[in-house]
Amino acid sequence: MATQNTKTLARLMMAPSVLLLLVWMIVPLAMTLWFSFQNYNLLDPSNVSFTGLFNYQFFYTDPAFFQSIWNTLVIVGGVLLITVIGGIAIALLLDQPIFGQGIVRILIISPFFVMPPVAALVWKNMIMNPSYGVFADISKFFGLRPIDWFAQYPLFSIVIIVAWQWLPFATLILLTALQSLDGEQKEAAEMDGANFLNRFIYLVVPHLARSITVVILIQTIFLLGVYAEILVTTNGGPGYASTNLAFLIYRTALLGYDVGGASAGGIIAVVLANIVAFFLMRAVGKNLDR
Amino acid sequence: MARNVTTRHKISATVAAWIVALIIFFPILYTIITSIKTEPEAIAGFSLWPSGTFENYITVQTQRDYLKPFMNSVILSVGSTILALIIAIPSAWAMAFSPTKRTKDILMWMLSTKMMPAVAVLVPIYLLFRDFGLLDSRIGLTVMLTLINLPIVVWMLYTYFREIPGEILEAARMDGAGLWQEIVYVLTPMAVPGIASTLLLNIILAWNESFWTIRLSTTNAAPLTAFIASFSSPQGLFWAKLSAASTMAIAPILILGWFSQKQLVRGLTFGAVK
Repeated sequence: MATQNTKTLARLMMAPSVLLLLVWMIVPLAMTLWFSFQNYNLLDPSNVSFTGLFNYQFFYTDPAFFQSIWNTLVIVGGVLLITVIGGIAIALLLDQPIFGQGIVRILIISPFFVMPPVAALVWKNMIMNPSYGVFADISKFFGLRPIDWFAQYPLFSIVIIVAWQWLPFATLILLTALQSLDGEQKEAAEMDGANFLNRFIYLVVPHLARSITVVILIQTIFLLGVYAEILVTTNGGPGYASTNLAFLIYRTALLGYDVGGASAGGIIAVVLANIVAFFLMRAVGKNLDR
Repeated sequence: MARNVTTRHKISATVAAWIVALIIFFPILYTIITSIKTEPEAIAGFSLWPSGTFENYITVQTQRDYLKPFMNSVILSVGSTILALIIAIPSAWAMAFSPTKRTKDILMWMLSTKMMPAVAVLVPIYLLFRDFGLLDSRIGLTVMLTLINLPIVVWMLYTYFREIPGEILEAARMDGAGLWQEIVYVLTPMAVPGIASTLLLNIILAWNESFWTIRLSTTNAAPLTAFIASFSSPQGLFWAKLSAASTMAIAPILILGWFSQKQLVRGLTFGAVK
């Protein structure tokens, strides 16, 4: 039934989204690439010149660059560690028969729907504030000195906030995967005398492997670009202590007016993201064939 | 004996699950509680018993014109979602019902546009917006949100449409239905649930988008994300008001979110986990 007519129609139907995304992908990226070879400062826009690889060299030799790369890795790694391990644990717990399952699920999923600026400000003011926050109240209760989270452990504080936002995502996906595990298999393993640990290692983990991969990859894509949480809590400081690559590029571009430098940083961010994307595409692509 | 163990097991699992759930939900709960405290109460140390004033909600509106960013959030998220659906429905439809050898490649490529770090194109987008006078405009932000969510919308719709059995179409054709009748009477009713879930998830994503909405807006077009972010300077004296603003900012989407848990998994994993 797939006549020439329907094929033409199908192409026409696909054209708008394909063209839009093509323009959306190519134009800004080409501009970024172009700017990255230019000496271009917004404060002096009449004086634009070609500088070759100078911007990359400048960005690369800036000590803030390595710190920001390190901070990016710490945020991604730290949040992944907390959310994947916590997510598996909570998913296993919710997979048990419990009273009020529906409400428990709703409570646990909720942080995911909180917009980043709200999440960050709530944690900053009401939980982690060294004078009035809940953590400070707990410390005082035990007679300890409250911790000034954002001054003493800025990066770790951000990891906690972002992990709180993403823990529900990991939990929900792993729980969905867990619930598709064949009940008969579990029973058979139990009958054969496999204890909880054995069932977990030989049955649950292999079953969850693909979902864990998907969780890791999708979160990594978003975690590489953590921005609002840093903006409203530490603003990247003290110094560059909590500046990740995304935040450094923003600083260079809109606070330093350095278009060329920020663009070079942008290209570096694209390369980093592409490495992750490559693996994600393979994981998702496999699913299409089934 | 067996039943006894099961009940005990269920009770301990229930207790553990509720403790975990309440800890995770606590920051949200505490925000809601703080929003109905007075300002001195809000910084007076830990307390779960507010005096129950609604003054903060009124103050946030009268002093900060809360309704304006709220309406901007509504316009931006609903507008960009409808725009994305209008563009995406025909594509997803074509890919699901007349797939070619290249359909998979096109889908994967669309997904890859989502992997581009936003910050990498901050400079050119900022300059383009400035040159076209789109900075701080609702139109500019709506277009932006449409573009960044378009790949997810196409993907979600595609995974839903793909599940509509082709045999039904054949049966309709055998009964003499034309293309138009096919679309209106057969496919549309089957596609509506998928479209509705996509709509819901996309509104949530657009509502919470916090990079472009903060950077490309100042006052006129600023949605709630930018509005709340503007409270970031350390002023401990208005926590109760900040909590009221925060509660109002997250409440609508929290409720939408509770209704779309299942679609969330599917949408955010691009159909890889169902």
